[in-house]
Amino acid sequence: MNSKRRDFLKIAGLTAIAGIAAPSAFNTLLKGEAIASAGGQHGAAVPTGKRWGMVIDVKKFSENPDLAEKCVSTCHTIHNVPDFGNKKDEIKWIWVDSFQHVFPGDSSHYKQPEALNSMPILALCNHCDNPPCVRACPTQATFKSKDGIVGMDYHRCIGCRFCMAACPYGARSFNWRDPRGKDANGQPFIKAENPKYPTRMRGVVEKCNFCTERLAIGQIPACVEVAAQSKALVFGDLNDPNSEISQILKTTFTIQRKPSAGTHPSLFYII
Amino acid sequence: MIEKALKGSTGYGLWMLFLLSIMGVGGLCYVQQFNYGLGITGMSRDVTWGVYISQFTFLVGVAAGGLMLVLPYYIHNYKAFGRIVILGEFMAIAAIAMCLMFIIADLGQPMRAMNVLLHPTPHSMLFWDMIVLNGYLILNILCGWVVLQSEYKGIKYPKWIKPFIYLSIPWAISIHTVTAFLYCGLPGRHFWLTAILAPRFLASAFAAGPALLMVIAMILKKTTKFDVGREAQDKLVTIIGYAAMLNFFFLGCEFFVAYYSQIPGHMHTLDYLFWGLGHGDQVYNNLVPFMRASVVMGLAGIALIFVSRARQSDNLLVVSCLLIFFAFWIDKGLGLVLGGFVPNMMDQVTEYYPSAQELGITAAIWATGFFILSILYKVAISVKLEKDA
Repeated sequence: MNSKRRDFLKIAGLTAIAGIAAPSAFNTLLKGEAIASAGGQHGAAVPTGKRWGMVIDVKKFSENPDLAEKCVSTCHTIHNVPDFGNKKDEIKWIWVDSFQHVFPGDSSHYKQPEALNSMPILALCNHCDNPPCVRACPTQATFKSKDGIVGMDYHRCIGCRFCMAACPYGARSFNWRDPRGKDANGQPFIKAENPKYPTRMRGVVEKCNFCTERLAIGQIPACVEVAAQSKALVFGDLNDPNSEISQILKTTFTIQRKPSAGTHPSLFYII
Repeated sequence: MIEKALKGSTGYGLWMLFLLSIMGVGGLCYVQQFNYGLGITGMSRDVTWGVYISQFTFLVGVAAGGLMLVLPYYIHNYKAFGRIVILGEFMAIAAIAMCLMFIIADLGQPMRAMNVLLHPTPHSMLFWDMIVLNGYLILNILCGWVVLQSEYKGIKYPKWIKPFIYLSIPWAISIHTVTAFLYCGLPGRHFWLTAILAPRFLASAFAAGPALLMVIAMILKKTTKFDVGREAQDKLVTIIGYAAMLNFFFLGCEFFVAYYSQIPGHMHTLDYLFWGLGHGDQVYNNLVPFMRASVVMGLAGIALIFVSRARQSDNLLVVSCLLIFFAFWIDKGLGLVLGGFVPNMMDQVTEYYPSAQELGITAAIWATGFFILSILYKVAISVKLEKDA
């Protein structure tokens, strides 16, 4: 075997190894965790383990006009979400918005039913299966748990707000000022503090946590509990084919926010 | 060698005092921000990054611009840059220092900045940005200082420094590429989501960085005996001119894709930046005068810079370089970052206006950068002039 041939084989071998190793190295770079997030595949995500999801039945919220606001206030009260009384500093985990804001780009023609834009539509964190915020966070202060919930570690967050730029749904809020403080009239920003959930400090990002603290003790999320009677919100395991939510999704047409962003949200809307 | 920064003319002393006073005022603003929180700035839930991050983005370009001197001198052995290459390296140091200060100023919890090191996260582009920026800072301090010190001692620089100099070349490209990746990898922000962002960043960097350097070199020519030389000056005109043209070519590509495809998301931010975005019964256009001025200034600067060379006019050269520098400062230091947040993710528009404290802190960081730059340039020029004498 002459030396040229040996060199050629060496290079060919190394190239082959590099070619095999590169995609997996690239995949590690892209995903913090290797949970199947439908990265390279076409179509829906592969079900593995538990994945919490929610169906929002907008029709039922229209029939019951106060319900949506009640869900919002309950969530914000139990999670000590401060009210600064202005839009600039606003913090919200869940809120009511119009169809054209929750589904921008889907209102492309004028002949849509007028009722559409007066419908109260709840918007909150989508707990994406492939969350861009988790990819962007430089400290893993925001992370995806095994049950599909995208969580926040308020003690690790450095407040760079990269996750806020990354989230395609505007679901994240930043504590521009001290949420534990008081306004000019001496009124606290958190009206009635709930000792069961921590208050946050200035300079960190927060958002809906799908009530992990309640799930941990066997309760359902607070907003779902408020809407339980009318079943306007249905919460459950998307990966369990027998769960109520799976049954609804199988029989009812639902839409998701910005599916083209490839985030695979865990929230589904019945309009 | 550093002692040369301590004594200088009255003009030098007054200049440093002037910078220190701005730093002092800005420092007080930062104390206020530190105590109150970032709510003291004009940023909001919808526009979450403001002048801090946009200045940071622009200054990464100024730092990367040093490459346009290092590469011809060390790789192509272009001797005419012998006197100016150190200015490029030292400018990179000052620019990166400003970048790091702008990032710290923008953090909600600056005391936790080290969490980026404690919890290294390779899938975050910010993690890589921290690595490339700090690496580039160290490389430039090392290369600049060692080469200058050798010159001071009257010897050729040691051989071991060469690999570091070569490394600094691709590294300069990396800092601006990774900085572009902060933006262009985010789904949902159509204005940033373009593969041409990193090339565009580099083109504007290779124009704006050397343009600033040119202005400083001309000031030095007037105030000291330090002259970078006619040949270096003329060559830099070519570099700045073509890089600036390339930037406008890339900008034109963006316009074509947006307006020919007619995809609303691609058009909205360009509408907002250059024509005003009609939304409901309101038109949002607070950046339009700036962005239009940026295009006019940039194109005028390109034309004038070549005229200045034909006429061998230093005054015209300074004017054209200032035009190009401020054109790209508006384009990247204002429009690029702020525009990305309009409209927001819910298709609503919030306009951003910086607060007084925010501008004070921004001015102070620029002043600190120029303070560092002045010290470094004082040392470099003293060494060079001593050698000439």
